[in-house]
Amino acid sequence: MIQTSKIIKKYNEVTVLNIENLDIPKGQSFGLVGNNGAGKTTFFNLLLDLIKPSTGTITTNDIQVDKSEDWKQFTGSFIDESFLIGYLTPEEYFYFIGDLRGQNKADVDSFISQFEEIFNDEILGKKKYLRDLSKGNQKKAGIVAALIGNPEVIILDEPFANLDPSTQIRLKQLLKSHANNKEVTILISSHDLGHVTEVCERIVVLEKGDVIKDIKTSPETLKELEAHFAL
Amino acid sequence: MIKHFLSLEWKQYFRSPYWKRGIGLKIIIGFFGLWIIASFLIMGLAIFPVLKDQFPNSDPFLMVNGFVFYWILVDLMMRFFLQKLPVMSVKPLLTLPIKRSQIVNYVLGKSGISAFNFLPLFAIIPFSLMLLKNKYDTSVVLVWIFTLIIITLITNFLNFIIESLTSKTDLSFLPLIAVIAILYGLNYFEIISFSDLISNGVLSITENPVFIVAPIAILIGLYYYNFKILKSKLFIDISVQSKSKDAKTTNLSWTKRFGDIAPFMQLDLKLMMRNKRAKSTFLILVVGLFYGLFFYPQPMYRDIVFMYAFIGIFSTGTFLINYGQFIPAWDSSYYKMLMSQNFKYEQYLKSKFTLMAISVVILFLLGIPYVYFGSKILIVHFAAAIYNIGVNTHVILLGGSYNRKKINLDERAAFNFQGTGAVQWLIGIPLMVIPMGIFGLINWLIGFEIAVAVLITLGLIGILLHKKIMTTITKKYVASKYKMIEAFSQDN
Repeated sequence: MIQTSKIIKKYNEVTVLNIENLDIPKGQSFGLVGNNGAGKTTFFNLLLDLIKPSTGTITTNDIQVDKSEDWKQFTGSFIDESFLIGYLTPEEYFYFIGDLRGQNKADVDSFISQFEEIFNDEILGKKKYLRDLSKGNQKKAGIVAALIGNPEVIILDEPFANLDPSTQIRLKQLLKSHANNKEVTILISSHDLGHVTEVCERIVVLEKGDVIKDIKTSPETLKELEAHFAL
Repeated sequence: MIKHFLSLEWKQYFRSPYWKRGIGLKIIIGFFGLWIIASFLIMGLAIFPVLKDQFPNSDPFLMVNGFVFYWILVDLMMRFFLQKLPVMSVKPLLTLPIKRSQIVNYVLGKSGISAFNFLPLFAIIPFSLMLLKNKYDTSVVLVWIFTLIIITLITNFLNFIIESLTSKTDLSFLPLIAVIAILYGLNYFEIISFSDLISNGVLSITENPVFIVAPIAILIGLYYYNFKILKSKLFIDISVQSKSKDAKTTNLSWTKRFGDIAPFMQLDLKLMMRNKRAKSTFLILVVGLFYGLFFYPQPMYRDIVFMYAFIGIFSTGTFLINYGQFIPAWDSSYYKMLMSQNFKYEQYLKSKFTLMAISVVILFLLGIPYVYFGSKILIVHFAAAIYNIGVNTHVILLGGSYNRKKINLDERAAFNFQGTGAVQWLIGIPLMVIPMGIFGLINWLIGFEIAVAVLITLGLIGILLHKKIMTTITKKYVASKYKMIEAFSQDN
């Protein structure tokens, strides 16, 4: 589904990301871990064509992301709060995203109704603008918006950060159910090794821009990762 | 402690992204500053001989003191719109072992060295030198300088009190303008002659310096009041428990008739209705619409035909100019998200174009009553409207592709220059000066009808080529996509 070849991203001669080859097949749930500055967000920004690679190419579904915009039709993403439009209510925001993804109001309504538990009565019908919601609730809205329109590729940067414990557990279940759907490719990054090993079938460890581990998740993976990061 | 504060300020200033910007704008701002200083100097030097020359029988010193009241009013107005209480990001300091009162005293003290307080000196000191040269008593002159400095500082702190009392409301400048108008009116109709009162006050101080305690007492009182207001605000919960008003939902389904640009039009309309900064674009509409009333009632201007073109462009294009110059910076805070969504850039820009074109039509229709001042005016306004739709919309969209400054939507609107860059200053030239020049020139060389026809033709050409032009503009935007994303994600 997603192929990267010889991706290098430099800022003022400092290499922040250097990935030789990374293929993420369709239907895979892919987890990215690494300490701060490892290049996780840079990698996602490159996938979304928000920054330009210094060298190399990225294709999703055989579309080169910086040449054509057609990948946007099947990609849903949430990187950070700057993905939210502060002066809209959550509903309006969902309708707006839905509109861009060819979903009418009724589609969006029925889609978001399945997230009632996650929203916990704090997001819908509250007559509040997104800018007035707490960080955690903003994140919930952003993640749900990324899922509107059944995208085939879902990219979430640090989806578990800032969420309350119940939502973390619910989000894990939600992502797992998406991961079981072999039509959907999920890419997440996380600092929480437990969550990421639970959700993802493949885990890549980045360190200072380099891929240093590429693991197929097994019951031992969590131990292995903990040992790695304990050093 | 002050040492630490100063070093923080120093770093904040020199590490701000401002310095990374183009040298052109800095030169323009620098020249502007020099020009203002020069005008004050010249005023200070010239006022004495000019008054002496014009009114040989009066004492220029007395006359100048008569102006002090007006100077205070003007100063207060200027400060209200242009001067902000120096802000310091206090949040990180609150938990450190620093006394709150120290922070407040520092902030207030710093406001004392604002350019607004130094600028009057450039006029006061040369004038005083002229006084000395004309054999005024040195002690009188020194006391006078000192008194005026105190008055300047009084205005300084008075302004912050007014600002903090009115800053919560959208039309915060109305009360101030009302008060100033009333004071001016009372004075003008000599119900209470403030100018005499203040003039007499200043004079009696110069005669008997003991009276200086009165303005000093006022100054201390104002400082103390400011101190109290600020100190009570130094808790983050004031900013945290933000007045999250109930969200108003608006039904904008009528925009559906615009087809695939409807989502963006809805977004733009909500942007304007729900953000302080953008709301001002609506308020400015009123100003723009009535702009002609400043000129047309006076026969002096009514005879200058090329002014019609200027007013026509301006009054039918107020929205276009004020809203258009910040495309796409209005969407800067979520630009990244937009760029990862599934839509064609052209739709996004077309929505902006449609809004601006509609605004021109509406403003033209609302301006039809100008026909009262002559049918020629209406004809030129019509031509200007066509020109605005056909040419200026495209010019301003093209200019937008050079926008690299983020806009903070929540900030106060009027006279807010945040997010303003060289683009905003320069775009005025093609927008207003060129059509005015074309119209004026042809009107002068050939005739009124041809001049009108040329403006309309230019506009129509633009409308006919709309699709082509938009494709070119879209390419420009796509080409600067990464630069915009990077620039918009930086706070300035």
